[in-house]
Amino acid sequence: MKLTVDEVKHVAELAKLALTEEEIQQFTEQLSAILDYAEQVQAVDTSAVPPTPYVLPLVNVLDEDRPRPSLPTDVALANAPDREDGYFRVRAVFEE
Amino acid sequence: MTESQTHTPLPDLTIHQALAGLERGDLTAVELTQAVLARIQAVEDQIQAYLRVTAEQALAQAEEADRRRQQGERAPLLGIPLAIKDVLVTEGVETTCGSKILQGFIPPYTATAVARLEEAGAILLGKTNTDEFAMGSSTENSAYQTTRNPWDLERVPGGSSGGSAAAVAAGEALGALGTDTGGSVRQPAALCGVVGLKPSYGRVSRYGLVAYGSSLDQIGPITQDVRDAALLLNVIAGHDPLDGTSLPEPVPDYTAALTGEVKGLRIGLPEEYFVAGIQPEVEAAVRAAVAHLESLGAEVLPISLPNTDKALPVYYLIAPAEASANLARYDGIRFGYSAGAENLFDNYRLTRGQGFGPEVKRRIMLGTYALSAGYYDAYYLKAQQVRTLIREDFQRAFQQVDVIAAPTSPTTAFRIGEKIDDPLAMILTDIFTTSANLAGICAISVPCGFDSQGLPIGLQLLGPALGEEAILRVAHAYEQSTDWHKRRAQLPTSAS
Repeated sequence: MKLTVDEVKHVAELAKLALTEEEIQQFTEQLSAILDYAEQVQAVDTSAVPPTPYVLPLVNVLDEDRPRPSLPTDVALANAPDREDGYFRVRAVFEE
Repeated sequence: MTESQTHTPLPDLTIHQALAGLERGDLTAVELTQAVLARIQAVEDQIQAYLRVTAEQALAQAEEADRRRQQGERAPLLGIPLAIKDVLVTEGVETTCGSKILQGFIPPYTATAVARLEEAGAILLGKTNTDEFAMGSSTENSAYQTTRNPWDLERVPGGSSGGSAAAVAAGEALGALGTDTGGSVRQPAALCGVVGLKPSYGRVSRYGLVAYGSSLDQIGPITQDVRDAALLLNVIAGHDPLDGTSLPEPVPDYTAALTGEVKGLRIGLPEEYFVAGIQPEVEAAVRAAVAHLESLGAEVLPISLPNTDKALPVYYLIAPAEASANLARYDGIRFGYSAGAENLFDNYRLTRGQGFGPEVKRRIMLGTYALSAGYYDAYYLKAQQVRTLIREDFQRAFQQVDVIAAPTSPTTAFRIGEKIDDPLAMILTDIFTTSANLAGICAISVPCGFDSQGLPIGLQLLGPALGEEAILRVAHAYEQSTDWHKRRAQLPTSAS
C-alpha cells in the first residue's frame, strides 16, 4: 500500500492539520509502512462476520431526565483562548 | 516498630503495609507523605516520572487524613499517597496529557476514578508523565520530558503510563493510576517490575479520562503487589451514571479472591503468544512461571487463539480511527492552545499542526485515512469484523480454561531512542497486549523474573470480561510463592 504525497495532503486537509513539507514526506513513508502492516487484515475471510464497534451488551442506556447543576459560565469559559461577554469568541465562518 | 517498618523505608511500603501501620499508629499520613515527597525530591531529577507534584495539596490532604483517622473514621485508602496519570482530569490541577496543545489547561472537574480515590481517603501527589494523549509504548512521545526506567536510567519505562509505573517502582508513590488502550498499564508495569491491571471494559468509569480510543480505553491500578491492585480496584470499580459505558454490575471485594489457592484452576497456554522475535529470556521466564503455577496445583492446558496475529493490525486501524474523531475537539476555541490565525480554517489547521506532536499527528492521519470515503469498508469495517473473530477466540478459550497465561511484552525495557524513529517497530512492542482491549476482557501483569541484564520481566494473566477475581487470585498465588516482587530497583541516589 503506497500512499502518494497528494493523498497525504488530502488526508491532512480532512484532519485539519497543517503539516510541514518535511512532515508530509515523512508521513508518506511511515503511513505507507503501517498500512502495509495493517493490510494483513484483508487476508481474513469475514464474509459472514458482523462488526464489533464496542464490546458491551448494553443498548440504549437511559437516564432519568432531571435538571442537575452544571458549570457556571465563567468556569466553562475559563480555559478558552478567546472569549467575549460570556461567549467563546470565534473567527468568522463565512467570508465576505 | 514492626518488622516490616524497621527494614523498609516508608516510600517502599506497599499500600496494605502502610494501611496496617497507620491503623496501628506506627506512622501518620503526614509522615508517610513527607517521606514520599522527600523520595521524589531525591530521585526525580533522574527518573522524571512526574509532570507536576502537588506537594502542598498532598500535605494538606495528609493532615486531613490524620484528623479523620484520629476521630475514628475509617476509609479504604485513608492516608495513602498515590500518583495519577496526566490523562485523568483533576479539578484545579493542570492536566496536559503530555501535550503542548493542553499546556495550561486547568480542568473544572475531576475524573470519577480519581474522585473515588479521594473519597476513599487517598492523598494525591501529582500528575505523571505519559506519551502524548497516551499514544506510545515508551513515554518518549511526551512533549515535556523523558521518563527513565528506575532499573536502568538509559532505558525507557515503557508506556504510555510510564510515569506512573516508574513512580511506583522508584517509591515516588505507593501506587498509581494508569490507563490502558492497547497495553499502556500492563507493558510499563512489566518493564518497571511492578503490577499493572487492566480491568474489563466497562468495569471502571471513563468519565474524566481524556479520550483516546473510546471503545478500548480503561483506567487501571499500577502497584507494588497484587493485593494493592485489588485494594485500588475495589475503590475505582463500579457503575457511574456519568459514563454510559460503565457496567451496572455489583463490585465484589477483590481482596477476598486472594486465597493463595490455585488448585484445580485451569490455565490456558496459547502457543500463538510464543512467536519468533520474542526475547528468549522472556519466553523462558513466562514458561517457568506457568510451570510454577502447575506445581501449585493449577491445571495447564494448551489452547489456541488463532487470530492472535491479527490483533495488532486491527488495533492500529481501530484505535487511530477513534482517536481521529476524539481529537477533533482540539480546535483552539474552547480550551487549549490556539495559533491565533485570522481565518477560522487556518486557525484549526495551524492550532492542531503546531499543538500536536508527531505521533499524535501520525495517528490522526492514519485514522482519518481509515475512515475516509473509499477506504472505510476496506479498513475500518474490516478491522471491526476481525475484532469480532478475536473476541470469539477468547470466548471459546474461556469455555475451556479460567485464565490465560502469556508474556506481557516481547522484550524487557529497551534503550531510550532505540525505536523512536521507527513507528512500526514501536508498535510491535504492543503485540501481546492489544487483544485484551479489543475483546474487552481483563488482564494483569505481574513480575516473573529478570533477564541477564537485571531488567524485569512480566507475566500476563488474562481473564474473561468481569473475571478480575480469577486473574487476581492466580497472580497473587504466583507472587506470594515467588520473590520477584520483593526486589526493588537500585535508585540513582541513595534515597532514604
